[in-house]
Amino acid sequence: MVVDRQPKVMTGTYFKNGNWGIVEGAIASGIAEFFAYPISPASEVVEYISIRLPAVGGKAAFIVEDEIASINMCIGASWAGSKVMTTTSGPGFSLKQEGIGLAFMSETPMVIVNVQRGGPATGLPTFSAQGDYMQVQFGTHGDYSAIALTPWTVQECFDLTIKAFNISEQLRTPVILLADGEVSRMMEEITIPEEKEIEVLHRKTPPKGTDKSNFNQFDARNEPDLVPPMAHYGDGYKIFGTGLTHKISGVPHLDEDLHIKLMGRLFKKIEINKHLYPEPEYHFVDDAEVVIVATGIVARSAMEAILEAREKGIKAGLMRLITVWPFPEEAVEKLAQKAKLIVAEMSMGQLIWPVERFARKKCKLVTRIGGTPPTPKKILEAIEEEAK
Amino acid sequence: MAAKDLEIDTSTLVKKPKKTLQHTHDNLLRKIAIPTIYCPGCGIGTTINAFLEAITKYTIVPHDNILVVSGIGCSGRASGYVNLDGFHALHGRAIPFASGVEIARPKMKPVIISGDGDLFSIGLGHLAHAARRNIDMTVICVNNAIYGLTGGQDAPTTPVGAKSRTTPYGKISFPFNLSHVAIANGATFCARYTVYEFIQLAKAIGRGMTHQGFSFIEVISNCHVNFGRRNNLGDSIAMRKMFKKVRVPMKEEDIGLDIRKTDIKYEVGKGFTRIPTGIFLNERDKPEEFSERIIDAYEFNK
Repeated sequence: MVVDRQPKVMTGTYFKNGNWGIVEGAIASGIAEFFAYPISPASEVVEYISIRLPAVGGKAAFIVEDEIASINMCIGASWAGSKVMTTTSGPGFSLKQEGIGLAFMSETPMVIVNVQRGGPATGLPTFSAQGDYMQVQFGTHGDYSAIALTPWTVQECFDLTIKAFNISEQLRTPVILLADGEVSRMMEEITIPEEKEIEVLHRKTPPKGTDKSNFNQFDARNEPDLVPPMAHYGDGYKIFGTGLTHKISGVPHLDEDLHIKLMGRLFKKIEINKHLYPEPEYHFVDDAEVVIVATGIVARSAMEAILEAREKGIKAGLMRLITVWPFPEEAVEKLAQKAKLIVAEMSMGQLIWPVERFARKKCKLVTRIGGTPPTPKKILEAIEEEAK
Repeated sequence: MAAKDLEIDTSTLVKKPKKTLQHTHDNLLRKIAIPTIYCPGCGIGTTINAFLEAITKYTIVPHDNILVVSGIGCSGRASGYVNLDGFHALHGRAIPFASGVEIARPKMKPVIISGDGDLFSIGLGHLAHAARRNIDMTVICVNNAIYGLTGGQDAPTTPVGAKSRTTPYGKISFPFNLSHVAIANGATFCARYTVYEFIQLAKAIGRGMTHQGFSFIEVISNCHVNFGRRNNLGDSIAMRKMFKKVRVPMKEEDIGLDIRKTDIKYEVGKGFTRIPTGIFLNERDKPEEFSERIIDAYEFNK
């Protein structure tokens, strides 16, 4: 099959949708393999990357038998040394949950894109929603600490995909890009910078001269960031990985103390590297009396409402969460001390749970489900009510 | 109570045996993972030994390129005991994991050692698709006709009438013929041996690994603790003697297109009455394996 060669980084300004941005972000990050099962509204990612990957000299994008196979193939390819990504929507994300737990436990870097749609079950395909917020953190069984980023523009679909790859490579853990159907399918301007301006990071590998016969794949004892260097298959290290509680060599050992130590490190790894995750974005919060907390497409609706409120003389502001997990506890706590908080989201109320917990008070909830974000008018009404 | 009364009299305790590992393939075992979890006399030990015999004697695949993947179950622990690159995947997901490695690094030769429940119950979909794609991997399926690790529930391979913890009055549904399923889905090499036929099994594993493409090796194993005991088949040795008695060596020519000839027969009270063994399929005009097809798939327009 003959393919026209395309550049790896498509520098320039385009009018494209969010799914396009996700693909370009992945290609710019140096993705080597892509495994997914088609599901709308994420199917465009699968279609577009099938054109792009072979054209930049990579392999084909693989449509595999099911969602479960796609995440397990990603884990395999990552252990063989590749940067990998898989995309899905709500129902597929539920199926991938066990695999996400394995990726966390076996410290496998990879990016999982979840373009949210209406649920539960088959739900409201392929209308937009934000109902997977909780399942990202609490979906897999057992203790798990998620890293999830949410874009609100097409430009951010590109930027945050690169960011997600970099975080996952630095921390040896899966990172989730939690887009919503609206952001991933709407079209707007996107600017892709020059290749040299894009920061692409790679995972730590064992330093040269490491004793191959006695290598421990999960040994972070000498690592200040608690991330062990990762050896790959075929390099002679004879590495072993498992989803069971394991020693630093990877050999399973079912023991209470070991489990506490292992889970402690995995959680601490996510916690002490907080500086790597994007901070929340603030608009007009300095003098604000009412602040809207929102993510993704809803934040754009809230922005409109805030501008209208400001015209009316109400001091309103916006706190847009980019990193939704780990939850920006301190930022919310600090903000709640000086302003009233309103949570706007496209679900029956999920983001409000952690917001209320860390604000230490009741917050107003503005919500709309069924495929459309809460309108600026509805959010403005809530602002006016709170500002009284 | 005086401190003296609390002291334990150690003179009657069984002394810990000296820690000396002696095995013909000592250098290929991950010593820190030994002892194994297996019951004495288990057929999985024989299977692992046959695999180690195969990679030292009957195939030229370099040891650095071999990857042992297993799922969940007793045989799922096999990957940990072997001192090679390995992974202990999720239940039923050994094949997708190995596929991912093979696609990312075509020089690797994944060998999957897993059980019938893992590969043919929860993971059947993946096996079918890996065989369809003709991914260059060797699947060694340890078929003991039962879910051993969880305590002896009926598996998709448990024969009709056989007793298990969940079929106390006898199994009702029909079992899979695993080799049949593998061939029907596109495996390009297929063999079946019992744990009694050690050398033939080791040779077949070696041939399967040398074969370029999806190769499937079914090992009829004894779970005398969970299957043999409940069906009055005796201990490990008695079950292996039964395998010796009922095995029917078959060749590719004997089978022809009628793969039903390889069906395993079982009679309640007697145990297995017919186990056809041998190399059932060795496709000579084999299609190219998957990772090579990917590498050759695209060329750039000049």
